[in-house]
This record gives sequence, structure tokens and C-alpha cells, in this order.
Amino acid sequence: MSAFAAQFLDLSIMWQAAPLIRRGLGTTLLLCAIVIPLGLAGGLGVALLSLAPSRLVRWPLAVAVDVFRAVPPLVLLIFVYAGLPFAGLRPSPIEAVAIAFFLNTSSYYGEIFRAGLGSIGRGQSEAARSTGLTGAQTLAYVVLPQAVRNVLPDLMSNTVEAVKLTSLGSVVALPELLYSADMARSLTYNASPLILAGAIYLAILWPLVRLISRFENRPAGDTALG
Amino acid sequence: MGPTALDRFADAFLNPVVTARYLPAILKGVVVTIEVAAAVIVTGLALGLALAVLRSFRIRPLNVAIVVAVDILRALPPLVLILIVYFGLPNAGLTIPSFAVLWLVLSLVLAAFAEEIFWAGILSVRAGQWEAARSTGLGFGGTLAYVVLPQAIRIAVPPLTNRTIAITKNTALGSVIGVGEILNQATTAQSFSGNATPLTLGALAYLVLFIPVVALGRWIEHRFRWNRA
Amino acid sequence: MVELVTEFVLEARGLRKSFGGQEVLKGVDLAVRERELVFVIGPSGSGKSTLLRCCNRLEEPDGGHVLVGGVDLMARGTDINAMRRRVGMVFQSFNLYPHMTALGNVSLALRKVVGRPRRAAGEEALAALDRVGLAAKAASYPAQLSGGQQQRVAIARALALQPQIMLFDEPTSALDPELVGDVLRTMRELSASGMTMLVVSHEMRFARDAADRVVFMDGGAIVEEGTPAAIFGQPFAERTRAFLGELAR
Repeated sequence: MSAFAAQFLDLSIMWQAAPLIRRGLGTTLLLCAIVIPLGLAGGLGVALLSLAPSRLVRWPLAVAVDVFRAVPPLVLLIFVYAGLPFAGLRPSPIEAVAIAFFLNTSSYYGEIFRAGLGSIGRGQSEAARSTGLTGAQTLAYVVLPQAVRNVLPDLMSNTVEAVKLTSLGSVVALPELLYSADMARSLTYNASPLILAGAIYLAILWPLVRLISRFENRPAGDTALG
Repeated sequence: MGPTALDRFADAFLNPVVTARYLPAILKGVVVTIEVAAAVIVTGLALGLALAVLRSFRIRPLNVAIVVAVDILRALPPLVLILIVYFGLPNAGLTIPSFAVLWLVLSLVLAAFAEEIFWAGILSVRAGQWEAARSTGLGFGGTLAYVVLPQAIRIAVPPLTNRTIAITKNTALGSVIGVGEILNQATTAQSFSGNATPLTLGALAYLVLFIPVVALGRWIEHRFRWNRA
Repeated sequence: MVELVTEFVLEARGLRKSFGGQEVLKGVDLAVRERELVFVIGPSGSGKSTLLRCCNRLEEPDGGHVLVGGVDLMARGTDINAMRRRVGMVFQSFNLYPHMTALGNVSLALRKVVGRPRRAAGEEALAALDRVGLAAKAASYPAQLSGGQQQRVAIARALALQPQIMLFDEPTSALDPELVGDVLRTMRELSASGMTMLVVSHEMRFARDAADRVVFMDGGAIVEEGTPAAIFGQPFAERTRAFLGELAR
């Protein structure tokens, strides 16, 4: 058991690794600040375009969304990072992460927004239009607020996934939280820095995860088991 | 793009010679991916269901332990877990092959998500269903097995399908610790050949594997909305 | 098992129940004889549904006893699941199992509680469905049935276990008005065939026509009881008169 503790919970090693990990955390937060807004904006765009009357817009979009949902995000990232140079483009690790995860997360966010928009009855936009609001105003003030509220748990859950996704940046040597921790591990031959990084991810994401599960586990009616 | 540029593009991303050379390796990767994925799905879903059933007995300390474990597995990036198990355990005197590390971690992650989904399904079965079954003399276990779980599982199928697909795709993380799955074969071949074709092949392999599953997931989502009386 | 000599099929003695400090049942005594149809009426919140639900311990009483055929449901050694078979229950919201056909709904407990083989359970379940006039709907799922049909399947589900008494908890409250008649007709036939029944309901006309005895509850206690003619004709208590007057308006 003590060998176990020494390998995973060595506080002095964690202390040594702290500066490196702190910088990694900064990069992770930066990645989140890039990936999440881009994904949300892209997702909203995807959802709105999927309402387009023309099949020439809807079908290619549907195919693209399915493709980016079918390919594992790491495969997408490697493809962008190691594949694009063969086409003469050389994205930096951070650009590669931004591009790959924009494609991935906006596909997922897009499906969620689409479900949200679909959950709002026609009557809402008809009522809004009948008062003279324009299409854009109807969307912004009447339909979207309700749609977002209806799919809030899914949006939050996908945001948690997006934060977790940034850890894949370590594979393309982007010095974010996991990369820094793994570097500290290889320098110290000890897994404690990884545990520290895990603890930081937990500190960021646990509150969100708790909140989501509160949303999901609303019992039907006055449930009393047994 | 002129024809020469297009040619160069095709040469870099879908080169027939490179394809012929490395397709067997990619296919080997496909087999490994399918093996890991199947193992993860079976153990992950079974463990998740077992945990949800255990939780319905409402034994307080046990439930606290389940909730904490599930939360941690849902909050941590799977790659963090993989690296901790892969690099940490050998130093602590426990050696597991990388295939097993990937299977173990992804099974636990899937089990955590599945437990939450099954549990939400159990909770969403109305109190009246329990009461009706109990009023006919069925016990707790019988009510759970014959009345509640069939409904809970049905409610769980759509979200579970999507979550299972998402976690199964994480088999690609195996490339980081040297599991010979698709991505690993593709990146290895890419560095040997100095050509992006193996990456394209890898991506295509994933598309062939997962597009039908994604489509199935969407179909199930529509299909399984049934009228609850 | 404690067996007591009693002339009653169901006997509640001094039942008490509180929810969060509020006393819903304040020591209620009620007895139902064989073949009797007893109607419990009263304003909402009077405790009548809680009384009914205590009679098969779906609600756990805080004090008092419930005897079914002389067996104390509250006694330590009593197998509550075995006793619940003898007490059929019909709910306001039907509570049919949506994933099973009508036949599946009725035969589940026959198979899993009584232990009948599948075939015999199916035959008995079909006979029970036939008694409520729905043998033709045996293969239908609840979602394919009208509310009235669903409630009759629920009656068959309880009936199939050959209970000594059946409890009805506002069986027609969730139904559209035009579907109420079918369910009441089924209940009347059941009563005519000799079934002992304890009914909580707002169907006053049905109570007047079919009940042997009417019990008026208010504030967690029985205010008065008597024949329908007495209760609806010249009620004793001021509260009963007020309640019935309120209904008549």
C-alpha cells in the first residue's frame, strides 16, 4: 500500500511539478476559451442551416455532421496536425486543436441546438411574427431562449466533454495540463503529477457533473421506491 | 486548383501504392479496434446496469461510494485515466498489458455513464408502477426485474446508444499507449511512408465502422419514443 | 401468523398515519363484511385514500392494525406479499405496465407470485379479462386501449389473483366522462357476483345505487356511516350535510 501511495500520492513531487502544471492549466483554460465558444457558435450555425429550405444545404450538412461525429476526435486532430502539412498547410498545435475540435464540437452542439429548436412549437414563432417581430428577432428573443432552456443539460454535458477533449492536445505536444503533468511524470518517474492534474480536472468539472446529474435524475412524480 | 495540384493532393492523401502497401496493417488495426470496442461495450454496460440495480436498494454508504466513483469517472478525461493506469501501476509493481489498460479504463468510464443513464431510467418509472406491482404481491426484486427494469432500459436505450458510441470511439486513445488499433497503425504507417495516405485510410476505416452506428443511434432515438400510458 | 376470529373480511383498528407532522389518519376503525360494498366519501384531504392505501400497506401506518381474513398485516411474521395477493387494488391512474399486453399485465403476478406455469397463468388471465368484457383485447398494449378499457384491465389484474376483497382508489377520476359508465358497470357486476369491495370515489349516484354502506370521512376520522338512504337522505352530522350540500350545488 505504501508503494502505491509513494507512486501516486507523493506530495513533494507534486510540489516540484506545481509550476509546470500551473502553466499547463493556463494553456488548458486558454484552449477551453477557444474551443467552447467556437463550438457553440458553429453548433448554432449548423442547427440554423439545418432548417434551411434547400436540400442542397441540408443534406451535405447532415453528411458532414455525421462524418465529424463518427471520426474519433483524436483521429481528426492527428489528421489535421499531421495530414495538413502534406497539403502545404502547417498548423501549429494550438491551431490544429482549434480546427479539429471546432469540427467535432460544433457537430455535437449542432445536434443539441437542433433538438432544442425542434422542441419549440410553431405557435411560438407565429405569435411572435404576428406582433411584427422580424424572423431574426423572433429567433433571438422568443425561440432561442426557450430552446436553450430545454436542452440546457445536454449543452452542459457537451461542454464537459469539450473541456475533457482539450486533454488530447497533449498528443500533439501542446503543453496543456495533461501534457505538462505527463512531462513531470517522465522527469520524476512518478505518477503523482498525473494525479495532481486529475485532481485539477476534477475541481473544474465535478461541480458541472453534479449539476448535470441533478438535472437528469429528476424522478417522475412522487417516486417512492419499494 | 489546377490538375497538377489536384494530382499532388491525391498523391499525398490517397496514393494507390501506399494504400496497397499499408492497407493490411490498417485492417489489422480495424480488427483490434473492434475487439477492444466489443469488450468495452459488454463489460461497461453490464457493470453499469449492475451498479444501477445495486443503487436502487438504497443502501446509503454503498450509494455514496457509487455516486462518487461515477462522478470521478465522468469528470476525468479518459486519457488522464489511461496514463495514470498505464504508467502508474507498473511502478507500483503491477504490470498490465496496454490492451487491458485500454479495456479496463474505457469499461469503467462506460460503466459510469451507463449507471447514470440506467438510474435515471429507473427513477423515471412512475411510483404508480411500483405500487401496482407491489399491490399484486410482487416483492421488491420481482417488481424491479419484471416491471421497472424493462421500462427503465427502454428509456435508457437512446441516450445509452449515443454515449456508448462516443466512448467506443475513445479506443483511438489506445494509440497513445501503443495498442495496435487503427490510429496507431495509421500514424506508424504515415511516418514510415512519409505520406498522408495511411491517415486518410484510418479516417475512412473509422467512417466505415461508425457511420452506420451513428445512423443507427439516430434511428433508435426516433424509434424508441413510445407512448407511456 | 396471528389468526384472529373475525366476521369481517377486512378490519382496520385504530389506524394512525402522519405525513410530515400532519396527522392524516387519527385512529380510524373500519370493518367490511363478506360480499359487502362499502363506499368511502369525503372532501379531498380527508384521509380516505390514505386509509385505503394502508389496507394493503402500500402506505405504512404509524399505528393500529389491519386484519385481512383474520390475519394481522402489521404483525411481524406476516408475509406481506402473500397477503397483498388477497387484497386487490385498483388505482386512479390505472398503472398498467406499458411494456406488456393486457394479458401480460394480468398474468404477471399469477406467474411470479402464485407460481402458475405460463400456460395456466395465461388461461386464468384470459378468464379474468373475459369477466371485465375485454378478452378480445388480450393482445393489446395499454397505449392502444381507451382509459376505460385500461381501467377494466387493471380490475382484471387484481381480480385474477382471486382476492378476498378489492380496494378501489378513485377508479373513475382520471377518466373522460363518457368512459366512466363502462367501469362502473364492471364494478357493479363484480359486486353482484359476490366480491367484497371497499371503494373511495366521488361517484355519488353510483354510491346511492350500489353501495351497502356509506362511510363519510373528514379530517382524518370517520364522521358517520350508514346505509346510502340514511347518509344521503338525512345525514346526522353537520359536516356531512355541508359536504353533500356542496356537491349538490
